[in-house]
Amino acid sequence: MQLYKIVRYVIRDLLRSRWTYVYFAFYYLLGMVLLFINRDLSKAVITLMNIITILTPLIGTVFGVMYYYNSREFIQLLLAQPLRRDMLFSGQYIGVSLSLSLSLILGLGIPFSMYGVLYSGVIWDFAVLLVIGGFLTFIFVGLALVVALANDNRIKGFGYAIFLWLAFAVVYDGLFLLGLLYFRDYPLEKFALGGVLVNPIDLSRILILLKLDIAALMGFTGAVFKKVFGTSVGMIMAFGALLLWVWIPWQLMLWYARRKDF
Amino acid sequence: MIQIRGLTKTFGKLRVLDDLHLDIAESRVTAILGPNGSGKTTLIKSILGMVVPDKGDVWIDGTSVRGQWAYRRNISYMSQIANFPANLRVREVVDMIREIRQQPAPNMDEIVRRLGVGRFWNKQMQHLSGGMRQKVNVLLTFMFDTPIYILDEPTTGLDPLALMHLKELIVQRKAQGRTILITSHIMGFVEEMAQHVAFLVEGRLYFDGSLEELKQRTGTDTLEQSIAEIIKRNYAAV
Repeated sequence: MQLYKIVRYVIRDLLRSRWTYVYFAFYYLLGMVLLFINRDLSKAVITLMNIITILTPLIGTVFGVMYYYNSREFIQLLLAQPLRRDMLFSGQYIGVSLSLSLSLILGLGIPFSMYGVLYSGVIWDFAVLLVIGGFLTFIFVGLALVVALANDNRIKGFGYAIFLWLAFAVVYDGLFLLGLLYFRDYPLEKFALGGVLVNPIDLSRILILLKLDIAALMGFTGAVFKKVFGTSVGMIMAFGALLLWVWIPWQLMLWYARRKDF
Repeated sequence: MIQIRGLTKTFGKLRVLDDLHLDIAESRVTAILGPNGSGKTTLIKSILGMVVPDKGDVWIDGTSVRGQWAYRRNISYMSQIANFPANLRVREVVDMIREIRQQPAPNMDEIVRRLGVGRFWNKQMQHLSGGMRQKVNVLLTFMFDTPIYILDEPTTGLDPLALMHLKELIVQRKAQGRTILITSHIMGFVEEMAQHVAFLVEGRLYFDGSLEELKQRTGTDTLEQSIAEIIKRNYAAV
């Protein structure tokens, strides 16, 4: 009940924020442009995958940090009320993640359904893409809130959060690839599998590729993943790992929030 | 009754509260005084659970507040800086707090009328002046009828008329037997409102007693002089 109220306030607050609409408009235009350029739904879906796995984490990170620093008054006001701290922060987390996910789903959903995705063969691929975009939004908003809670200094918080995104989205892959190259004389299957599970962005990519049934395109890790788990078990595994990835930053955020002075 | 037992809090290297023991009696106006940085606001925020103490505990009516939340139903808190979510309207903030607290607000209409909050009822918080915000703060604090009121620098930014209304509200609550805790640097205001003084110096309790006792002890006529005397003595010793 408390949680529901907070989520509602946060969403109402965000519906007034220009940024929610900027984000929505961005995805709307992106969808239009992709369809216009590709002139084909399934090609547009594949292009979209690359964009979603990089951009939703970035936007979730930036938005999460920004929201926390802008809502310090709101937090202080509510902390003096008969409310559980856990509920207040979980409510903020869910509210921000939910409205970003909605912007994503509506922003891409509208142009793609106008193009007839609902009656096409790629409807499920498209749906999985949106669900994964939602997962990544929750994960990176959670991570951003952890960073923001741990840093009272806005500039530092912003910097660390962007760095975290950069690490997951770009740096990690490079190091991973280097590792694979360097140790190529050894059996690396388990290492590769483990390496994919600890990065939600890689995990999402594999999940989408498994769904699109083009996992071999991913190269080594994708192929290993498919070989070890097969398509359906692999997908369940990957979804389970994503769920865990939502849960861990959330709990970490609550851990910080419980100990913090306001 | 609010009991503070061995409360200790450090921010970085700075020890803000240092093994503080204090009893705040019921149905009385207690002023918490002290020079800047003596730990007044940290003490208040510890009572509210906004600051998590390193050591020690706060007990309200025999129950520790550590990790609790429901007890805040019994406390109305007026924060030092009237910061509110910028893009909410006054009406929305009031509605939100009412909805969260789920308590009757019997004094709301009267306070709105007396402070003239109606004139900016539909304005967003970011468009209000500091004094207007402080009026909203007064409204949010006094619209509920709670056993405990905690006011952190309540006079800041209020015009003389609003200040008069604030004093009336405090006197009224005092007469109803509520427990009231005030911090202020305006000694005239404290002298008018409070019966009891707790004086903090560097996170420790320096003096706890009635206004008269404090004046006797420092051998001065007014509260202002005695406070100045205490601060001088302490910093002379250092």
